[in-house]
Amino acid sequence: MGWLAIGLLAWLGGWAINIRLAALPKSRLTGLAIPVIFGLSLVVIWESMVRGFDVSPILLPAPSAISVKFVGSLGILWQDFVQTVVKGALSGYAIGCGSAFALAIVIDRFPFLQRGLLPIGNFVAALPIIGMAPILVMWFGFDWQSKSAVVVVMVFFPMLVNTVEGLRATNMMQRDLMRTYAAGYWQTLLKLRLPAAMPFVFNGLKVTTTLALIGAIVAEFFGSPIKGMGFRISTEVGRLALDMVWAEITVAALAGSAFYGSVAMIEKKVTFWHPSQRG
Amino acid sequence: MILRLWQRVAPVLSMVAALIVLWYGAAIWLNTHWAEDKAQRAGVTLTTAALIADTWSQEKPKLPAPHQVAHEIWKTTALKKITSKRSLIHHSKITLSSTLLGFALGTVLGITLAVGIVYNRTMDMSVMPWVIASQTIPILAVAPMIIVVLNAVGISGLLPKAIISMYLSFFPVVVGMVKGLRSPDHMQLDQMRTWNAGGGQTLWYLRLPASMPYLFTSLKIAMAASLVGAVVGELPTGAVAGLGARLLAGSYYGQTIQIWSALIMAAMLAALLVGLIGVLQRITLKHMGMA
Amino acid sequence: MNTKTVISAKDLSLTFQTNDGQVQALKDVSLDINQGDFVSFIGPSGCGKTTFLRVMADLETPTAGNITVNGKTPEVARRARGYGYVFQAAGLYPWRTIGGNISLPLEVMGYDKATRADRVRHVLDLVELSGFEKKFPWQLSGGMQQRASIARALAFDADLLLMDEPFGALDEIVRDHLNEQLLQLWMRTNKTICFVTHSIPEAVYLSTKIVVMSPRPGRITDVIDSPLPKERPLEIRDSAQFIEIAHRVRAGLRAGHGDLA
Repeated sequence: MGWLAIGLLAWLGGWAINIRLAALPKSRLTGLAIPVIFGLSLVVIWESMVRGFDVSPILLPAPSAISVKFVGSLGILWQDFVQTVVKGALSGYAIGCGSAFALAIVIDRFPFLQRGLLPIGNFVAALPIIGMAPILVMWFGFDWQSKSAVVVVMVFFPMLVNTVEGLRATNMMQRDLMRTYAAGYWQTLLKLRLPAAMPFVFNGLKVTTTLALIGAIVAEFFGSPIKGMGFRISTEVGRLALDMVWAEITVAALAGSAFYGSVAMIEKKVTFWHPSQRG
Repeated sequence: MILRLWQRVAPVLSMVAALIVLWYGAAIWLNTHWAEDKAQRAGVTLTTAALIADTWSQEKPKLPAPHQVAHEIWKTTALKKITSKRSLIHHSKITLSSTLLGFALGTVLGITLAVGIVYNRTMDMSVMPWVIASQTIPILAVAPMIIVVLNAVGISGLLPKAIISMYLSFFPVVVGMVKGLRSPDHMQLDQMRTWNAGGGQTLWYLRLPASMPYLFTSLKIAMAASLVGAVVGELPTGAVAGLGARLLAGSYYGQTIQIWSALIMAAMLAALLVGLIGVLQRITLKHMGMA
Repeated sequence: MNTKTVISAKDLSLTFQTNDGQVQALKDVSLDINQGDFVSFIGPSGCGKTTFLRVMADLETPTAGNITVNGKTPEVARRARGYGYVFQAAGLYPWRTIGGNISLPLEVMGYDKATRADRVRHVLDLVELSGFEKKFPWQLSGGMQQRASIARALAFDADLLLMDEPFGALDEIVRDHLNEQLLQLWMRTNKTICFVTHSIPEAVYLSTKIVVMSPRPGRITDVIDSPLPKERPLEIRDSAQFIEIAHRVRAGLRAGHGDLA
């Protein structure tokens, strides 16, 4: 009973504090504090509900149990992280986004190719690409290469579509200006269209960070050496050791946020001039 | 006008044709090894023509040829009773139902959250960052756990998969609707104030109509995401039904043609659903003069 | 005095294909512009003044008739970087500083670093924006951005300046100031300037020649050679001569307006 009361208190108290903070003039401090307080109150509510309702650990472990498991399994977690995120997700992300960017520039040269490939690209970007995972495991084997391949396929089309849209983002006046300087194709590309495309390119880069992580993890459901986050999750679910599963989820969430956050930081530097960055 | 239609369709058709040619070529390349192995064991040497013919008609090819996949799809759809467990249409219906339920739930959740975020500053500052962060939790990766946990509590069948689909589809809807609900400019909002319009009236008469283009774009993304969620949701429980299950079964037994046919079917389903939203979008926006 | 013909148009016509049918933007336009002229083009929307300017700049292609720029076709003149173009909006690239924006054409045309730095400083001085080299466009007011845009057009030594309603979006006081500055610039550099405007006082104040145009189809209604002296303070706008010219312009506009409400 006591635990449920604590939970209720955390929820109401946290919300009350946040209402006060939100009424203040917006600053970096409040912008950071409010979601953190919200998150903390959620964690407290979680803990108190699990204890208060005596929820079985094979259904939903308490945050305290998860943190204990987390700290106790750092070695395994690190190994899984390297296998999935570093070898699988990051390599696939680099190859996939890089080649999509390059292809976008190539087909920009040839409007016919663009008109033909773009509808196909839009179509493929909406497909359950993850379904290709078993096929790619068959072609590339069990280890991280097939996971990397899955990631490449998953990030390629969204990145391609975004880059092509970015290359179209200049207005007629800016292009006319280049014409009056008798600027050639490459000059116009490098000095006008690529800088103007950067907001779109980074939109694609940010969206694909989550896709890369998901692709690498889910691909491991279809076959993996005995390491990797997807592997660990599916086997631990089978053993009903849900605290380990949540520990892996925590690693995934941290890795995903760090990945997204770093791309967002680079975006701020490169597209400092865009209205959305100037606030 | 026919010329304009042709100008738009011709490049796509020629690209598709080129891709199919490449596909046949890739099939030759990938299946050659197995064909030559087989011939060697039988003590036969193959002519090039025989080799190519073989690579396009293997039972468990590394890469099935387009006509093999087409044949398999035809066999499991038109030539099978819809109620049969082998019918691709039967499996598609199962995947479709959890997709649609998840999509509906996700859309309702997304729009509700968006309205709350736009109208309540506390919600905006506390919930929005977590909405964004929620997408860094690879829900697909924990689909197994969610299904197992919900099964243990007695929720099984359609709902767990729909919940996964809902989780994936609510995010694009929230982001899109927040942008859309905030899209009217200051002038239009001030106009509402001069008429002493209440919050609800401003929502109904101004913000909601203005957000329609953003909503439809998000719905397309949400629908595609929902389908992915439904397919992946079918993987973990050693699933028996649905397109994801067909995918998994195919990969367990090395039935590559089955894998490809399930994949193409899912692709066609996605294209159909997103296309339907597109048609709805064009009709609605044209009716509202925003097309 | 040797007056060279810079632009010569003969029976120039341009018809646009639009969704609602054909639009004749220019019909049988003939005009000669000499070196050192300041020519204003004035008329209501749709009279073809911007289209005419764009034809000179090789940004549109005429469907009939003849036009030479510096004795060559507009395309050859464009490739030889024979003119500077100033658009209605400043159109500065937000990811470049003011200095970077002004050196953009110089980079495209292959000038070396030292020359570029020199020229950037020189033209910033001409438009009175020295010291703003390292600022970004969004940190400047509308008037300053437009001045930067003019500086950009002056950076490489083209003798011809084509300006499409460059001061249209600015308020009256800033406009007056920029009008004065432009006139001083013109006297100092002796360039040929083609200037499109909506404003009768602006056209009469700045030009040596005023071309009145009217729409549907776009054509020249009147060409007025201005008797005003080259050196003009702003006060000249209240003189009798000025008002007389403005009247003539207004009459020309009304004549072309005949078919409108």
